Amino acid sequence: MNGPHDLGGQMGFGPVAPEKDEPYFHAEWEKRALGLTLSSGAFGAWTIDESRHARENIPPAEYLGASYYEIWTRALEVLLERHGFATKAEVDAGHKQIEPATPKRILTADMVAGVLAKGGPCDRPVETEPRFRPGDRVRTRNFNPETHTRLPRYARAKTGVVEAAQGSFVFPDDNAHGKGENPQWVYTVVFDGAEIWGEGADPTLTVSIDAWEGYLERV
Amino acid sequence: MHDDHHHHDHDHDHHHDNRYSDMQARVKALETVLTEKGLIDPKAIDAIVETYETKIGPRNGAHVVAKAWSDPDFAEWLRTDATAAIASLGYTGRQGEHMRAVFNTPDTHNLVVCTLCSCYPWAVLGLPPVWYKAPAYRSRAVIDPRGVLAEFGLTLPETKKIRVWDSTAELRYLVIPERPEGTDGLSEEALADLVSRDAMIGTSVAGPRA
Repeated sequence: MNGPHDLGGQMGFGPVAPEKDEPYFHAEWEKRALGLTLSSGAFGAWTIDESRHARENIPPAEYLGASYYEIWTRALEVLLERHGFATKAEVDAGHKQIEPATPKRILTADMVAGVLAKGGPCDRPVETEPRFRPGDRVRTRNFNPETHTRLPRYARAKTGVVEAAQGSFVFPDDNAHGKGENPQWVYTVVFDGAEIWGEGADPTLTVSIDAWEGYLERV
Repeated sequence: MHDDHHHHDHDHDHHHDNRYSDMQARVKALETVLTEKGLIDPKAIDAIVETYETKIGPRNGAHVVAKAWSDPDFAEWLRTDATAAIASLGYTGRQGEHMRAVFNTPDTHNLVVCTLCSCYPWAVLGLPPVWYKAPAYRSRAVIDPRGVLAEFGLTLPETKKIRVWDSTAELRYLVIPERPEGTDGLSEEALADLVSRDAMIGTSVAGPRA
């Protein structure tokens, strides 16, 4: 979707504001928001792709005005309600009102180290050979789905060069919507700055994206 | 779900959803509800926070870089299978499942961004800083990297190529900065002290801490 999250090349946000000796958290609630997001992910009810899409669906004025842990929290509430674990009304009230759905697992303190060390690999084998090879010229598709995609707007309908086939991975455009993992090859595709930004582009700039095979057409 | 969506739109007519005007209260309420339902273990949250405050941070990545500078075989392993090479040092897991190491050279400077969210190699750098997740960096890194670098106090030669890596899939990128001159004979530990978090994102270079 062409949501507020798709920020590459937008203007007007001002300078980057690095903070010297930045702490990991700026408030106690940020710690809890991180932990709640990871703990709820352990329920096994949604994928990382669905959670990203929930964040993208926060309306632009709110997304752009929110800190990242606020974005996470808003999206988490949507996911919890969608999957039957907690309603917004319950959070408004601050107490349990209905019985929740049954999670596949509940993350307890003793599981944390193992779960974090294991992560959630999303490479998956595919039967097909990679369609593109390093050095191939490819054009990214021009589409504007209302659903989840990881092809940023700035990199659509652009011609670049395949640098590497990076393996085969879960296809987020399907997986975010419960349509299955449908893995595809992923390629690193490099574009000249001028191909993306046109007149006035930095002549020393190249930009790469990691693109699922279905995003690409042979030139 | 659809009903919820309509409610949500309706909230927007009021410009801001007041639920989130007090995040401390909102997140506390959320934790209370989930705890009452037996869905979460507050001690697990404590353990997650403690892990990212004390165990997983840029020191991990600096170790990887220092070893790459000291050990050509390790550097080559990083180029060909960064996930395995980094795992050999004990750094694995969440948001580090599929690692790639990208090496700065005299010709090319690498810069990592995630324009679509805030993908970041947690296993080697820990939690991302606020600026990495904020719109200014995510919007400008791909179109005006020199302007961004200048805001970090880094001015590169005009002829140096800049390669920006937008983390649009599940690969996570670690920049291996150039080894500073005059560091021959330093131990891996002393070398790691020269490697900041920002140097491994590409918004800085390696060197003594300013």
